[in-house]
Order: sequence, then C-alpha cells, then structure tokens
Amino acid sequence: MRRLFDTGLALVCGLALAFLVFPLLAIFLRVTPVELFSQLGNEAAVDALVVSLKTSLIAHAFVLGLGTPAAYLLANRRFRGRAVVVTLVELPLVLPPAVAGIALLAAFGRQGLLGGTLDAIGISIPFTQAAVVLAVLVVASPFYLRAAIAAFEAVDRNLLDASRTLGAGPFRTFLRVALPLAAGGLGAGSTLAFARGLGEFGATIMFAGSLQGRTQTLPLMIYAQLDQDFDVALAVGALLILVSLAVLLAAKFIPSWTSFTSIWLSRSERSISS
Amino acid sequence: MDELHLDLAQPLRAFDLELALDVGAEALAIAGPSGAGKTTILRAVAGLVTPARGRIALDGETWLDTERGVSLRPEERSVGFVFQDYALFPHLTVAQNVGFAARARVPELLERFRIDHLAKARPGELSGGERQRVALARALAREPRVLLLDEPTAALDAHTRAAVRLELRDLLHEIGLPTLLVTHDFEDAAALAARVGVLVEGRIVQLGSPTDLVDAPADAFVASFTGGNLIPGLASRRERGLTEVALETGGFLYSTDELEGRVGVVVHPWEISVARKAPADSALNHVRAPILALTPAGNRVRVRVGHLTAEVTAASAERLGLRQGDVVVASFKATATRLVPLA
Repeated sequence: MRRLFDTGLALVCGLALAFLVFPLLAIFLRVTPVELFSQLGNEAAVDALVVSLKTSLIAHAFVLGLGTPAAYLLANRRFRGRAVVVTLVELPLVLPPAVAGIALLAAFGRQGLLGGTLDAIGISIPFTQAAVVLAVLVVASPFYLRAAIAAFEAVDRNLLDASRTLGAGPFRTFLRVALPLAAGGLGAGSTLAFARGLGEFGATIMFAGSLQGRTQTLPLMIYAQLDQDFDVALAVGALLILVSLAVLLAAKFIPSWTSFTSIWLSRSERSISS
Repeated sequence: MDELHLDLAQPLRAFDLELALDVGAEALAIAGPSGAGKTTILRAVAGLVTPARGRIALDGETWLDTERGVSLRPEERSVGFVFQDYALFPHLTVAQNVGFAARARVPELLERFRIDHLAKARPGELSGGERQRVALARALAREPRVLLLDEPTAALDAHTRAAVRLELRDLLHEIGLPTLLVTHDFEDAAALAARVGVLVEGRIVQLGSPTDLVDAPADAFVASFTGGNLIPGLASRRERGLTEVALETGGFLYSTDELEGRVGVVVHPWEISVARKAPADSALNHVRAPILALTPAGNRVRVRVGHLTAEVTAASAERLGLRQGDVVVASFKATATRLVPLA
C-alpha cells in the first residue's frame, strides 16, 4: 500500500515536472544554439535586450531602495489602518497587468489626472522608457514588498531591542541586525520581483507601447515578431529563458545572502572606523 | 557611587504596575510569579517601553520624567541588559557579539568570561551556560552604569543552574554596579541579591534581605514563595505565650507568633524533622501522615509528609529507611513557626 502511494506520488510529480519543462524544451528543440547566437546580431533583438535590462535594473533599484525601508516600517510599527495599507500593497499582485496599464494611463496619460500638470512643465511619460520603468515598478514591487515585510517580521524583536540597549541607534540597528537577518527573505523577494519585472508585458504595452530601441522589451518583441517571423520570436524567447535562468541562479549561488551582507557591512564599518 | 532611582506607574492588562525603588551599588532582585510585571520594569529602565507615569534617574542624570516630558532613548541610557533568552545576534560570532557596543575591550572580556576559545563560534553552537557568559560580556562591554538581568538562570538546565548562580553572584559582587534582576525563582533571588522585593500583581508586597523574607513573611504569598509550608487554620486561643491554631483538616498546631482569626501557619522544610514515632523532645507540633513522595536534592531529601514538605539529610533518610507509603511523624517547634493572616 505504501509502495503504491510512493510510486503514485513520484508519477504525479514527474507529470507536473514534464508539463512545466516540456514547452520550454520545445523552444530549444526548435532553436539551435547557432540561430540563438545569430539573433544576438539582430539589431532589434539587441535593442530589446538592452531596453529590458536597463528598465528592469532601474526599476529594481527603486524597488529595493524604497521598498526595503517601507517594508521595515510596515513590519515593525503597529498603527491604525496598517492592515489596509498592507492589503493595498498586495493588490497589484492579484490585479491583471492590463488594469495596471490602463490605471497608469489614467494617472499619467495625456488625458490623465497628472497629464496636464506634467505637460505644463514639459514632461510626457507615456511611450517613453520612464513609462516602462513605471509599469515594471507597479507590477513587480508588490512581490518584493510582501517578501520583505515577512522577512522583517520574522526577525526577533528582542534582537532589535538588544541592539538598542547596546548603544546602537535605530539606523545602526537596521543596518547591523535587521538587514542581515532578513537578507535571506529579501534576496528571495528581490529575485522574484526582478524576474516578474523582466517578464512584464500587459501594463508595458498599454502604457509604454512597443517602439523598437525605446520601449520594446524582450517580451514585447516576442509578441511583435509572432506574425512576422516565428523563428525570431522563438529565438528571443530562448534568450529570455536564459536571462531568467541567470537571474535565478545568481540568487541561488551568491553564497548565502546573510553572510554576504554581513561581510559587506563589517568591511564598510572597518573602513569607517579606520 | 551611582544610585538608580525609579518610580513607575504603568497599567498592564489585568492590574496596574506601581513601584518606587532606590538601588545603590548592590544587586536588588524583583521576584514574583510570571505575569507580575517584572520584565516591564526592566524594559522601562532600559527605555524600551515608556511607562504611563514615572521618573527614572541615575544619580543626577534624569532618564525619564513623564511630567517634564523627558525620556532618553535606549541607546542614550547607560545600561547593560541581559535578556531572558540572551538575545545574542545569530549572524555574528561570539567576538562580534561582544564587540557590538565597543570593540576595544573584546579580548579582555573574552578572557575574563573564559570564552576566548569560542571567539569565532556562532551563538547557535553554544551551550546555555556559554551563551549566558557571552550575553554578560556583551552587556558589560559598553561599561554600563546599571546592569539589568531578566531571569538570568531561567534558560538553563537544572544541572548548569547551580554553577552559573555562583559565578554570577561573584561577578555581581566584583563589578559593584547597581543591578536590578528579575526572577520567578526565590532561590535565584536569594543567591544573587542582597535585597529582594516580592512583586505580586504589579506591587511590591515585601522588600528585605532573603533572610527577612524567610523569617518574617509579610503574607501568605511571600511565605509560600520563599519555600515555606503554609497550613491554613483558625487561631483560637492564646495561653502561656502560645497561639493555638485549629487546622481545617482537624488537629492543632502551636506557634509563638501572635495573631487572630484565619491564619496560615508557616514553617520551612528544614525546620521539620521526620521520625517513625513522635519524639519526646521540645517540639510541640506533630503531624502524623503517610509519606507521599521522596525527592533527592543534592545531599538532602525532600520528604512530602501529608500536606507538609520536610527536608532531611540524605544520611538520616537512609538511616530511617524512609519509603513512600510509610506512616511517619513530622515534628517542628512552635518557635520555628510564623503566623500570617489569610483572607
């Protein structure tokens, strides 16, 4: 009976795995490495790769730079309406990206709430790289915020208190205790958010369009090539798989985020004290 | 020498915490049951909570004065806080933990606390006793002017506890800082502190030396908290300098204390002798009952005789051949008893 159950489990697991891997495999069975490399010479593909990486990295800098302190605050303070704020933060997780796109247009578009004001000072956001960054921010940041809030909440409050009684102010406590201890969770959330941003499609195409060399990211290029040259679309798809895989592996193999940040911090402290 | 003055009031869930204390260069223990508000006192001194009303000052330096709106931040108060579970930073080594507040004294402190061989270890690899030494070294690295200890031996197993208590007592004596320690264990308090305040539901019911508390408990709680037997009864007659107490379970006990009404007769285990037959000596009080339990404790044995706990030497227990179920007589002198009022 037990053997039957074990065999059944293994069978179902194998089926699930096959279902996930088979489509990806199908791409690589149709795109030879030679074709893939030849695409790196394709100007549109290179443009899309550059736009993708540039906008993702800029958006990610904002996600980490603003999201980390915000998550720390939300994890450590109890105030009225905190549950509402946390729910609002998580809302974009469940919203269809198309809604995010139309919402961004409603806010920053030419006819949008801030459109007139921005126009008056000579700024137009839609259909620029700034629009791609904004779209990625809205869609990807909740992934990081959610993981970061959970990671900071998991840090024992006594450790933060201990740090304070040892003479460290709130900022030093954050840097030397909360941040290194939450680093594992922050790293995982960061990877997830970056990958989600890299794959962003719906909000971007509505708010930023698909202009080669300006707003056309890799996912948008796949869509654009679909009815022009299916092989190009496939090759770009393969490229995107490799980039995503690299992101995932980087996060897994950076030797434990915890020791990474604590080494970095103790080094920076030494340079301050010396 | 520094003197810590505190006067606090803070509403807690079921009662209000209210106390005023002056702690000189001594160890003062606040002892009491869990949930009496002990930890809140330490957190208030350290600045981790701000009480509703109060004043905390070290010599002339005011740390908290709610009336004048003064409240120093935790990092501005010169305290060494040893947390109940020690709160060592798990991502830092022993040396980094100790050096968190000040690096200069790390080698000296590691050596003094005999943890230099653990300098590179992480807290997760340490035993309970080692963790406590690291926590103490870390707290003292900042050269604090006040030491706060939260349940210093609660996280240790019984075997380590006795040894750590002795070490800690010597250390507290040596550093001579105003030290406030809280514990639910009277033995801890008695071993570590010169003065003990018994805290019940937010108030200190008695403050005195451990001997004072044992010899003259203010109430029934202090009596049982210090390990005394408490036998309820009715003080009826007084004759020839003795109070006769009619027990609720039948029989009489005699005490040299003077009190009327419903009382508790308090007698400490080491005042009670155990024999097969009622001895013909000066003891006036005899309780005949079966032995319910025998618990060895070091070179002594705690003998549960009916409702009483007696403590005899292991040698006597062996000589008498005491066994569970044997009917014996527990005897104690009227002068060894105290009477406390019962509600």
